[in-house]
Amino acid sequence: MTQVKMTVNGKAASGDVEGRTLLSSFLREQLNLTGTHVGCDTSQCGACVVHVNGEAVKACTMLAAEAQGAEVTTIEAMANADGSLSVIQQAFQDHHGLQCGFCTPGMVMSAAALLKENPKPTEREVRVYLEGNICRCTGYHNIVKAIMAASGQDVSRIAAE
Amino acid sequence: MYNFDVETPTSIADAVKALGREEAQPLGGGQTLIPTLKQRLASPSVLVSLTGIAEMKGVCMTDDGQLAIGGATPHAVVAREAARHYPGLADLASHIGDPAVRNRGTIGGSLANNDPSACYPAAALGSGATIITDKREIAADDYFQGMFATALDEGEIVTEVRFPVPEVSHYQKFVQPASRFALVGVFVARFGDGVRVAVTGASNDGVFRWTEAETALSSNFAADAVNGLALSGADMISDLHGSGDYRAHLVGVMTKRAVAAAR
Repeated sequence: MTQVKMTVNGKAASGDVEGRTLLSSFLREQLNLTGTHVGCDTSQCGACVVHVNGEAVKACTMLAAEAQGAEVTTIEAMANADGSLSVIQQAFQDHHGLQCGFCTPGMVMSAAALLKENPKPTEREVRVYLEGNICRCTGYHNIVKAIMAASGQDVSRIAAE
Repeated sequence: MYNFDVETPTSIADAVKALGREEAQPLGGGQTLIPTLKQRLASPSVLVSLTGIAEMKGVCMTDDGQLAIGGATPHAVVAREAARHYPGLADLASHIGDPAVRNRGTIGGSLANNDPSACYPAAALGSGATIITDKREIAADDYFQGMFATALDEGEIVTEVRFPVPEVSHYQKFVQPASRFALVGVFVARFGDGVRVAVTGASNDGVFRWTEAETALSSNFAADAVNGLALSGADMISDLHGSGDYRAHLVGVMTKRAVAAAR
């Protein structure tokens, strides 16, 4: 066991981990931050996306030991300080960008990473960016719509009903 | 996953020392290796993480006009920082995997793994790059030795890759729709002294140069120049995603598209 220390959602966090402990396991099982979901465990679905030093990564495909000293942000820190939904989260609700909700934490984290580097993406850019986030409910249309809306763009003519 | 120790060296020298431990294996960005470990297809007793080694990260031009990329540089950084110097390579990097994978996966890891469907081997071979390790320099033509096989010795690490910059280049990939890996990918690069064409995803022997197309394109750099040239499907990967003949045909199509799009 080795001790890892990192900053998670602005607070110091530490714990003893095995070499094989994944960042997703550390967050969920040791810090009890279960908003980060593990959908596939094969690095494909993106439900476990978190931000490490400001960049979107798949927490199930990074060792906790590799996050030593890092700044980690999870879905738990995405709401506003007063507990109300962030612009992206509210847009997912307004535009029905989720059904079962399992993929949503990863979708929101990917959306936040996208809008940080590209504040006004085109519909195609949103779809391409979400290549690593799988949703088996919505067919993506309303997720794309929500992200476009969160970027402040008119979505009245986007995607299917 | 079986358990293992993790070492996180901050210099190449310390990484080399750590790799001297029994059954130690280098860990790049882990975007292939960690899923492999989960499947219990590998069982190292020590993983030596290379992503914390500052001297193995970054993109810069050398004095002799080559583009040097540190072995632990993630794809997303290459996509951003190589765009000005070598747009064909930056464009290739910007289409590997998905955004989260590009933030972790590294060029050195990709080249060391030499997956037969990986993108970077096509760029390295198609550019005539030099693979620099902790021990030596290896020409791309000597480096790739078949599916998942390279000239690297046990524990040898790719510290840097140097790319000669072509006049124009482009990488065209036909993605396998489920995995998004290249079903066939073709990298075309035109240099002052000739054209190089490297093909990934197609062959049972991993990445290879299509020399007939190189000859044709060196005398006439136009998509039509490869008309009439054909590869045999017999040596190509044949699986449920596509037969060998289908892949052989795609190589021609992707080569034409790459030539047409080369900038």
